[in-house]
Amino acid sequence: MLHFVLRRLGFAILVLIGTSIITFVVAFVVPADPAVTIAGAKADPQTLAMIRQQLGLNQPLYMQYAHYLGRVLHGDLGRSYIMRESVTRLIAQRFGATAILAICAMVLSLILGIAMGMIAALYKDRAIDNGLLVVSLGLISIPVFWLGTMLLVVGGLYLRSFPLGGFSGPRSLILPTLTLALGSGGYYSRILHTSLGEVMGQDYIRTALGKGLSRRAVMFKHAMANALLPLITLAGLDLAGLLSGVVLTETVFDWPGIGRLAFEAIFNLDIPLIMGTVLFSAFLIVIANLVVDLLYAWLDPRIRLGEQG
Amino acid sequence: MKRRLGAMEIVGLAMILTLIVVAVAAPLLAPYDPTRAVAPTYGEPGPPSRAFPLGTDELGRDVLSRIIYGARISLAVGVAGMLVTMTIGVAIGLLAGFFRGTVDVVLMRFTDVMLTLPGLLLAMALVAVLSPSLISILIVIGLVSWTQVARVVRAEALSVSQRDFMVAACSLGASSTRLILRHLLPNVLPLIVVMAALSTSGTLLLDAALSFLGLGVPPPTPSWGRMIEEAELYFRIAPWLAAFPGLAILYAVLGFNLFGYGYLRRQGR
Repeated sequence: MLHFVLRRLGFAILVLIGTSIITFVVAFVVPADPAVTIAGAKADPQTLAMIRQQLGLNQPLYMQYAHYLGRVLHGDLGRSYIMRESVTRLIAQRFGATAILAICAMVLSLILGIAMGMIAALYKDRAIDNGLLVVSLGLISIPVFWLGTMLLVVGGLYLRSFPLGGFSGPRSLILPTLTLALGSGGYYSRILHTSLGEVMGQDYIRTALGKGLSRRAVMFKHAMANALLPLITLAGLDLAGLLSGVVLTETVFDWPGIGRLAFEAIFNLDIPLIMGTVLFSAFLIVIANLVVDLLYAWLDPRIRLGEQG
Repeated sequence: MKRRLGAMEIVGLAMILTLIVVAVAAPLLAPYDPTRAVAPTYGEPGPPSRAFPLGTDELGRDVLSRIIYGARISLAVGVAGMLVTMTIGVAIGLLAGFFRGTVDVVLMRFTDVMLTLPGLLLAMALVAVLSPSLISILIVIGLVSWTQVARVVRAEALSVSQRDFMVAACSLGASSTRLILRHLLPNVLPLIVVMAALSTSGTLLLDAALSFLGLGVPPPTPSWGRMIEEAELYFRIAPWLAAFPGLAILYAVLGFNLFGYGYLRRQGR
């Protein structure tokens, strides 16, 4: 087990280094001259030279990257060009709103997905199963930003039961949560349906059915535990994605979270803030990956033993 | 393919075909010029009426005509983005699955790193840095969406490579290029077609999202995503402006999803 943990940890570090190189390249190499981006096209040569000096842009690229990595390792993601504040602090300020939304959305998507997936598998190949399949495909196919807008129109304008955006107490959470959960709930139900289908074809299930247990009992008591594994992986990664901010939903609902922060950063070409939000997101996903892998190995001995053998 | 198509695939194909017909025949089908002010209500959006079944926008342009013409740009971006995505994904997946060993490890670790990056954020940042144009959007869509394709194709290539006919061809002295192109690729092809359908739906959604955020194909090209973005300002007084283009996106994405998932379901995946 220790060997397994170490390997996963090593890989996580590798992935983070890779991610930091990619964000570094995107942010500093793609725009021809970051100094011009900061100072504007009309800046005089002295100002540009000064900015280059300050940012260390005269140094060779690998040195720049090393400095950048060194600062990131100390938790310093730089300062926002536009908001004149530390990127770490900006992200921390917005994290609360994003986290609440993320957790609500995740809980609701799992409830929806597990319920739909189980009912479909229980009535396999019958009308209910086919109906649920079409419903879940419909949910997957809805553009998230459009769903959010339509929910605002119906819930906020016609019914007048929900605020038209912003984060103001529990009621304001409902529409954005629905917006996020409907699509991923549909997706989870597909995943669970498929994995339940696979598990239900295995020998130990046939044994259980042969003993005379009902299909329902077998599914709940025997099949679910195994069938939920792929869903756990997916949900773990999705939660990390949600926690790092959902640009579209936060934009539609004027939600004061990290997604909107990233959106503003991109529009202002605020490079430290762009890199900060991308790196933060990658960091969360790597951690989630790691946790999911370990959880998986703990839950499923086949993986743990397979890796050792 | 010997087996008949399932009901879902037929419905999906029919939906895709009608879309193509609408896109090709747009000038014949659209009642008005999509870029001209045709309604007398110039200055504010007009609700659906007999003359304008889906209403008119704030510039007096006919929403129905704009949606019909929008099918052209949305489908074109969807299919072109899919081609970029599939080219990268299939190439990496086939190479990793065929050569295995070090090639596989390196390519798949790279894929894992790319999977870690937040796709939409990265796409937004790249488009913003490169400034939005058709080409930059296509490249960016391809760059952020190939990973899933590569993984699926790799898994399939891995299992096909170990089948007897591959071993036989290899021991007859066929070169790697020949093995991949003549023996491996045709056997992975059905799966590639399905992934192409699913990746088109993904591309359509991603392009719509970028357009909605103001990073789409520049105006006056009426893409569906951009129509929703423009409608956002008026959603309190004219919700139909956003509602109908959204339904069009839903229809297109659902068509490709029905086809792709229908096939996967028939294969028991």
